[in-house]
Amino acid sequence: MKYVDEYRKKELILSVSEKLKAISKKEIVLMEVCGGHTMAIHRFGLNSLLPATIKLVSGPGCPVCVSSQHFIDTAMAYSKLPGVIITTYGDLIRVPGSSTSLEKERANGSDIRIIYSVLESLEIAKANPDKKVVFLGIGFETTAPLTAAAILQAKKEAIANFFVLSAHKIMPPVMKALVSEGVKIDGFIAPGHVSAITGTAIYNDLATTCGLGVVVAGFEPVDMMQSILMLTSQIESGKPAVEIQYQRVVQPEGNKIAQNMLSEVFEFRDDRWRGLGIIPKSGLNIRDGLSSYDAEVQFNVSVPESTEPKGCICGQILRGLKTPVDCGLFGKKCTPSDPVGACMVSGEGTCATYYKYRS
Amino acid sequence: MIQKEDKIMLGHGSGGQMMHKLLEDVFMKHFGNPILNEQTDAAILEAGSAQIAFTTDSFVIDPIFFPGGNIGKLAVCGTVNDLAVSGAEPLYISASFILEEGFLLSDLEIIVESLASEAKKAGVQIVTGDTKVVNKGKCDKLFINTAGIGRVSPENRMVTKALGIIPGDIIIVNGTIGDHGMAIMNARESFNFKTTVQSDCASLNHLIREVLETSEVKFMRDPTRGGVATVLNELAGKIQLGIELDECELPVNNGVKAMCEVLGFDPLHIANEGKVLIVVSAEDGPNLMKVLRNNELGRKSAIIGRIVSEHSGKVVLKNETGGRRIVDSLSGDQLPRIC
Repeated sequence: MKYVDEYRKKELILSVSEKLKAISKKEIVLMEVCGGHTMAIHRFGLNSLLPATIKLVSGPGCPVCVSSQHFIDTAMAYSKLPGVIITTYGDLIRVPGSSTSLEKERANGSDIRIIYSVLESLEIAKANPDKKVVFLGIGFETTAPLTAAAILQAKKEAIANFFVLSAHKIMPPVMKALVSEGVKIDGFIAPGHVSAITGTAIYNDLATTCGLGVVVAGFEPVDMMQSILMLTSQIESGKPAVEIQYQRVVQPEGNKIAQNMLSEVFEFRDDRWRGLGIIPKSGLNIRDGLSSYDAEVQFNVSVPESTEPKGCICGQILRGLKTPVDCGLFGKKCTPSDPVGACMVSGEGTCATYYKYRS
Repeated sequence: MIQKEDKIMLGHGSGGQMMHKLLEDVFMKHFGNPILNEQTDAAILEAGSAQIAFTTDSFVIDPIFFPGGNIGKLAVCGTVNDLAVSGAEPLYISASFILEEGFLLSDLEIIVESLASEAKKAGVQIVTGDTKVVNKGKCDKLFINTAGIGRVSPENRMVTKALGIIPGDIIIVNGTIGDHGMAIMNARESFNFKTTVQSDCASLNHLIREVLETSEVKFMRDPTRGGVATVLNELAGKIQLGIELDECELPVNNGVKAMCEVLGFDPLHIANEGKVLIVVSAEDGPNLMKVLRNNELGRKSAIIGRIVSEHSGKVVLKNETGGRRIVDSLSGDQLPRIC
């Protein structure tokens, strides 16, 4: 397969591995922020190709995993309102809320539809003018522009029965929060698709203020190995910087059109992250001028404060402090078919990845 | 344990762990008997001195017309294949229709014609049937049920038992995996992938007869819902040995591979309707591969893995770069990833 197979070549991967082993002297911890990266590391067995000096930890970059229980509970409350159709990406359907999940509510009769693009929600809204269609907006700078585009399209076409419950989040504040909490991280492997939208300046602070290197990485094994090599050589030479490994996709300035849509539709707000608490200016709120599309403004439901499930250590896993095997529930009470914590639900959650690749 | 408020969810029909649990908790609990407990694709029954295989299957596929076939063709292939992998020669099938009020008669005729022509191709006769019509909205266009009867010759009686499998035995599949599931997904959802992926829907009885004439088959199963992963997990559990697969040997069409990459799916979990997994001894391998590759339905046959004494009960996939991962059976529906 073009543009994929080239980046999975064994010889290339092994040659980067050799270089890494030659230059790595210090014991370092690198955080792969994105769930897609965690998957790639395990899927291709990259840990076994790293020198013992380099430790990889998983970060809070799986959108399903960091969406708060309160968000899921709110979605569930909307789904029970008369005349409401919930549209959602498939990942959310099995996430356990405080007492139930969207999958179970669907079996109870709620109209909950899995879509693959938010624009399908607009089609559903047009086809059901007597219903209210609520899209559950989750994801980082990668999916948020699509939600923004859908809202702008709804405005253009005067579709009045389309709403968004936004749990969209942005990456840099949570990375900074982890560092200031004192989590030991020597460098970040940053998600390539985020920077495809935002560019790389969003990380400059981390390099200049915190003295941490950031390499914007692609998702194939050669990309990952190369990024680890770039970060390691930064650390070994004491010159932290923001660099792009994923040059075939990422431009330093990012995608201006997508950025403009984002700022036209959203503003920053303090936001709740599952297991991490409230992080200042880390979430995306729909601007007042577009509040007719904001489900939180348009629907009045009361959702009780939720608590994290007992024994679940998703919060510490998302901080990179613990790994799934440290959790008493992992693989016993909490499995992909019957997940307790969100990290087990999404295919890209750290726990689900560990479970799948636990050989 | 079933709780009073538990309801059927779509994942219960996905062929994976949820369905397995449903079968155990509800159906096996009440129906269990020595024949059913074998849980093979077809029941093997004694009829005097003869043995017959008996199976049934319902078809509710959406869309009813898809690249590579339609619900009618599928209704024959599914039942014929369940008989064939049980070592039986399929002879007779039934065809029952549940039709929704308002369904186009011309579409019904196209479907019935393909059912008839696939039955002819497979060499089975449709000998009984039933027709019901329900109010609009009470079923989706049409559902079909077929049941089938086949004759098991004495030398093939052990095929379903998975006996005598030892480390070193090899696992063969007769061609590319995941085609049916991805063709349906592309036809059903609004992806508009520009791909030529077609369902592999085909009756395998003639191919399987050649296989049985060539080799001593230790196990055979068609990897439909839940895909190759689910069948091999069941096998590994049953024989209490490990199974090792080579990622680079798995035959996967480029279109299927690309769709899987985009959606985050695993081809090992995707349904097939014209594939059979065969376990034979390593010595039997080369000869069988020759026979398979000579048949139109086995051109892309491949040895995808082997039975091993390590990691008993588990299926492990090795990739070229040294990565190893456990291939679980499907836990619910496969869900596309969002990023």
